[in-house]
Amino acid sequence: MLYYSLKRFALALLVALTVSLISFSLLYISSDPAIAMAGETATDADIEAIRQLYGFDRPILVQYFDWLQRALAGDLGQSYYFRTNVSALIAERLPTTMTLGVTAILFAITLAVPLGVAAAIRPNSLIDRIALFLSVMGQALPSFWFALMLIVLLSVNLRLLPTSGSDTWLHLVMPTVVLGYYAAPAIMRLTRTGMLEVLSTDYIRTARAKGLRPPVVLFKHALRNAIIPVVSLAAVQFGFMLGGSIVVETIFALHGAGFLAWESITRNDLPTVQGLILVFSLFYIVLTFFADLINAWLDPRIRIN
Amino acid sequence: MKRSYKMPLVTVALAVGLSSGAYAGKSDDTLNIAFDRELESIDNYYNTAREGIVISRMVWDGLLYRDPKTNEYLPNLATSFKWVDSTTLQFDLRQGVKFHNGEPFDADDVVFTLNYLADPANGAKPQNNVNWWKNAEKLGDYKVQLNLKTEFPAALEFLSGPIVMYPNEYYSKAGPEGMALKPVGTGPYQVTSVEPGKRYRMKKYDGYHAGSPKGKASIGNIVIRTIAESNTQLAELFSGGIDWIWKVKPDQAERIKAQGQFTVKNSSTMRIGYLNFDASGRHSKNPMNDVRVRRAIAHAIDREGIVKALVKGESIVVDSLCFPSQFGCTSDVPKYDYNPEKAKKLLAEAGYPNGFETPFLAYRNRDYAEAMISNLNAVGITTKFEYLKYAAFRDKVQDGASPFNFGTWGSYSINDVSAITSHFQKGTKDDYARDPEVIKQLEIGDTSVDAQVRKDAYKAALTRIADQAYMFPLWSYNTNYAFTKDVDFTPTPDEIPRFFTATWK
Repeated sequence: MLYYSLKRFALALLVALTVSLISFSLLYISSDPAIAMAGETATDADIEAIRQLYGFDRPILVQYFDWLQRALAGDLGQSYYFRTNVSALIAERLPTTMTLGVTAILFAITLAVPLGVAAAIRPNSLIDRIALFLSVMGQALPSFWFALMLIVLLSVNLRLLPTSGSDTWLHLVMPTVVLGYYAAPAIMRLTRTGMLEVLSTDYIRTARAKGLRPPVVLFKHALRNAIIPVVSLAAVQFGFMLGGSIVVETIFALHGAGFLAWESITRNDLPTVQGLILVFSLFYIVLTFFADLINAWLDPRIRIN
Repeated sequence: MKRSYKMPLVTVALAVGLSSGAYAGKSDDTLNIAFDRELESIDNYYNTAREGIVISRMVWDGLLYRDPKTNEYLPNLATSFKWVDSTTLQFDLRQGVKFHNGEPFDADDVVFTLNYLADPANGAKPQNNVNWWKNAEKLGDYKVQLNLKTEFPAALEFLSGPIVMYPNEYYSKAGPEGMALKPVGTGPYQVTSVEPGKRYRMKKYDGYHAGSPKGKASIGNIVIRTIAESNTQLAELFSGGIDWIWKVKPDQAERIKAQGQFTVKNSSTMRIGYLNFDASGRHSKNPMNDVRVRRAIAHAIDREGIVKALVKGESIVVDSLCFPSQFGCTSDVPKYDYNPEKAKKLLAEAGYPNGFETPFLAYRNRDYAEAMISNLNAVGITTKFEYLKYAAFRDKVQDGASPFNFGTWGSYSINDVSAITSHFQKGTKDDYARDPEVIKQLEIGDTSVDAQVRKDAYKAALTRIADQAYMFPLWSYNTNYAFTKDVDFTPTPDEIPRFFTATWK
């Protein structure tokens, strides 16, 4: 278990490193960061000054290793755009993204797991059809469309919720629903499939034959086994929500890390983009690691192996 | 990860039936405004965004102020000025003016600000706003002298716009970081809170000096929020969260206008579009080297048609490489009407009876570029079209790697021809003509302080540019503003909304 985890961890770190090198190169190759930073109204003198100030005239590999060395020492550098410390900038934006990510994954699990279980108990019933409909909708609806529809209905027409911003918990309702609903179908379908599979196994038949009450069979024996792949999936989905809430954050004007990532990419703010990529990669690594631990706790066989 | 979500929300909103009335605004004397981009810093000298210029006009004052209607330079923090010689300007300063933090305004503030900006080590942006004077000297408590590096006729334009005065005592302690979090100026609005990149709150400055040509602000409070997505801005406008938005797309503006619940205004801006040709063969030997081909292209483009169908609003076709309001701009230059037959004839004369293929670069307004491509196809010219991000476009053009491109220029809202014609045609990196005659005339215009000499020189340069079709001016741009009917707001062609002149109805 420990060896397996360490191996996974090392592999994930390698992935993070590769991703950062590739993203660094792509950002650099796509255009001259000095011009992007200087803005459309800048003169040649401004651009040249920026180029020298930030060392953009050096070879890209030298720039990358310079960044890496400092990043490993905990210094993510200065944002080219905001002229502030990248770590501080990310730390300032992260709470919004984390809050949204946590509420969205909770919403997704609360919606998807009970529906998945219900659908598995009564396959092909009305509830199964509703679950199927909801999951197909969740996957088919582009999140930007869904977000705009909610805004039109709940903010513009009914005036029940604020349109954008993050001042109160009410501001988080629509973003949570949009982001969570996007993650729900996969969790729902996996719960349903897992439950169907487990419910047809011998030990469940035995449990039922012993006369155990249906809820005990369902939740203590069946769900505990069926939920294992769902935990891994939810971890990945959570990671996706933290790093991939760009569309939702942009539409709802939430100034989180996702919006910062998008804005930084368009501004060629390399240190901020690199810092965010590092943070998002670390999220995946940590979440995957925790998913393994939870699975080991749920299934003793993983621990023993 | 990023998807395109250019869904016309207005259509949706109208389709599902819109409830009416705005909540925010007049009732609590607060004008809620949405900007679509985060400012890197609210400090006037450390951002290059237009939104920064807008905020600058509200929070700070310059020595002079250009009246946006008459384009006249009026005294503001200075009560009078005089040219001692062609490189020396003297200012008498207004007495009794106080900064928002109570610091009195005097010559020390002016000398400090101007000398701070003149030092390149301080990195004020953009450098061309601040790199034309040597230093400033104190001649008395309320009298200063500005020593220019060389003749710089656009000095008054800069001093009436981007160059604003900072409090010396506060800024020498707080620096750009402090100013970015707690801005202090003498302007009609004072900033009460800054959430960087997210929200700025301002209130009317009650102690604003009475002699200012800007006038005292009428609206009590202003809140500026960053909302990047245009559809969300519209939703906020409809739901009453925001009172004022700008840069509304033409089709959306038309629908909002038709719906009748908000005021929609359109104003031409100083930005113009242009085609730039490789006249001097900087890129290669190519068809653009021939003046007949350049003229043919000028006749092939249906500017009127494109303005009417796509650019819309108050935009106009421009014939000269400048915006009409700019000092030195004249439209009395050779013109090219839309005439595909004449274009074909000119191409045949140049040895291209069946047209040719050319690379064609653009970085914005893909639809306009495609309309022009269609015009070019009609006379036999086919294009290898490349649509790039601005930074990549600029790189390529300035490296001499583009025989033919479509660009735009906003002149930094500087109402002087030197901010555009000289930028493109005075032997600069953007100059693909490199015509010694044009360069000579622009040099005369850029360095003389005699208005007539300048006008004559610019006219000569602009006439030659048009005649030789070194660059082909297309049209001016425009901006749509949409706002609550409760507010009275008038846009200006320099694209700098002046909220201190706005009032509640």
